[in-house]
Amino acid sequence: MAYRADELIVFENVSKFYGDVLGVNRISLAIGPGVTSLVGPNGSGKTTLMNLMTGLIWPTKGAVRVLGLTAQDPERFFRLVGYCTQFDSFARGITGREFVYDTLRLHGMTHKDAADRTQESLERVNMVEAADRKVAAYSKGMRQRVRLAQSISHHPRVLVLDEPLNGLDPMARAESMALFSTLGKEGMHVIISSHILHEVDRISDQVILLNSGYVVAEGQIQGVRDEVKEHPMQIMVRCSRPGFLAAKLFAEDHIMEAKLHDDGRGILIRTRDAGRFYSQLHQIVLDGELELEAVAPADYDVNSVYQYLIGSEGATV
Amino acid sequence: MSSEGLAIPMRAKAAGYPWPLWRAQLLTILRLELKRNFFKLRGFWIYLLAFAPAVIIGAHAATSRGRCTLEEDTTILAGIFEVFYLRLGIFFGCMGIFTRLFRGEVIEKSLHYYFLAPVRRELLVLGKFLAGVIAAIFFFGCGVTLSFIFMNGHFGDAGRQYVFGGPGLGQLGSYLLVTVLACIGYGSLFLLMGLLFKNPVVPAVIILLWESINNVLPAMLKKLSIIFYLLPLCPVEVPAEGLGALFTVVADPVPVYLAIPGLLCVSALSLFYAARKIRSMEISYGAD
Repeated sequence: MAYRADELIVFENVSKFYGDVLGVNRISLAIGPGVTSLVGPNGSGKTTLMNLMTGLIWPTKGAVRVLGLTAQDPERFFRLVGYCTQFDSFARGITGREFVYDTLRLHGMTHKDAADRTQESLERVNMVEAADRKVAAYSKGMRQRVRLAQSISHHPRVLVLDEPLNGLDPMARAESMALFSTLGKEGMHVIISSHILHEVDRISDQVILLNSGYVVAEGQIQGVRDEVKEHPMQIMVRCSRPGFLAAKLFAEDHIMEAKLHDDGRGILIRTRDAGRFYSQLHQIVLDGELELEAVAPADYDVNSVYQYLIGSEGATV
Repeated sequence: MSSEGLAIPMRAKAAGYPWPLWRAQLLTILRLELKRNFFKLRGFWIYLLAFAPAVIIGAHAATSRGRCTLEEDTTILAGIFEVFYLRLGIFFGCMGIFTRLFRGEVIEKSLHYYFLAPVRRELLVLGKFLAGVIAAIFFFGCGVTLSFIFMNGHFGDAGRQYVFGGPGLGQLGSYLLVTVLACIGYGSLFLLMGLLFKNPVVPAVIILLWESINNVLPAMLKKLSIIFYLLPLCPVEVPAEGLGALFTVVADPVPVYLAIPGLLCVSALSLFYAARKIRSMEISYGAD
């Protein structure tokens, strides 16, 4: 489905550096409505991407536009955008209800509008009963929910949620997932970050995989799985007859490149199907056609990132 | 779910600008800041700075009946105001109040709530500044007024005559005017320091030294200080004796009619720079 630019969250070749440290690099994305998950290990750039999206930080290079607007125009931008950050901090002595209400007053709403919207959003996250207690007495999960209530209270069209399931018990987790799914189906852009793919892939319309500040795969969940599966992988093989190995494998369709090492004892293989390569190499060695010294991946491939993300209890590729 | 159809003052724009929205947002920021940051126990040391002279003068009033003259006490009060209130009390009180406005929120990791609201950051600077000014004026205005009442009250009819029939009330008005201007001047400066520096104490010490040596600075540099504009507005001249003259006498004082606009210009420049600075400010609590 084609969307207009003012219906998309657009990153145009965005890079962010913290001094010499890379946050994200050369990110180009166009995110449409529905639930989009940003998945990656800790330090992969998920929060940086979300902070860039909401103007809490500015790009070193490139531009970010959300529904055609930038955070430089806060009066229009933040009527459309709600952001539930990971910062678990509140003003001293504030109650959950005051926390949500005060934000709505900053939107310029009247007391009655703000009070009504506060009640509505607290109901939506099941926090009405605890709303008049001080936030300092809340559990981590309750604080998470009241921040969620605040971020949806003004009925944004874009909802950005940084690790929103952290600290929630299984019941609250299921309720939150159902809420995100509903909001996505209502046409809202819901951006969720997580470091566990299977946690969010059930409700995601699309997934963006991040690693070390780069987007390594993006698209609908099945497409990402295929992309991961077909992502080329480099493998260094140290053996007695690298030229023979190159000739033997070159006819295989999954082999994209074979480069002989200068010392004549190694070969760098680039393959789309590491599994097939390993089994063929295994057979060649069993046949006694060459002596193997070492086999090792030559880069941190996306598959290993993906395996990390899905975790031990995760879904299959 | 969308924000369309919501009755917000944004709709009612005047002369191309959403004045009703800005007014509503400014009032909300004022309410939040006054409620959250001031009139709390943790500001105890600021209350102490504001009211300690009044307590001491009160004790003096209670114990020194007949042992001093109205003229002497008026001069003492002027000295207390110029040396203690202007040089120390209001200076450090404003440092405590205004550097906290942004730096305190960065430390408590709560500034992003403002940054994620549909509020112009310049308006946030103005709202926080006004809240700080209201609090500072309240504390130090009350402190100065109480000091004045205690200092003149124990003279009975003579004191009443001095206040209501003589120059007393005018002097109190001048003290309060200088207090207000000092809160505005130092407030704007420390608000800017809180935005520019992770640890505003170091620049505050530098400002304190700068303000202290104002008297010996070249004429051009003198104008870049707050005290230069405040001392000429003080109503009672404090006798210049020894080292104390460094703090109470201004060489080449600015005319009174220029002092107020001059100070307001310095403050406006500080706030303007703070507003520019905050537009590009990033939230990176980890780095702070």
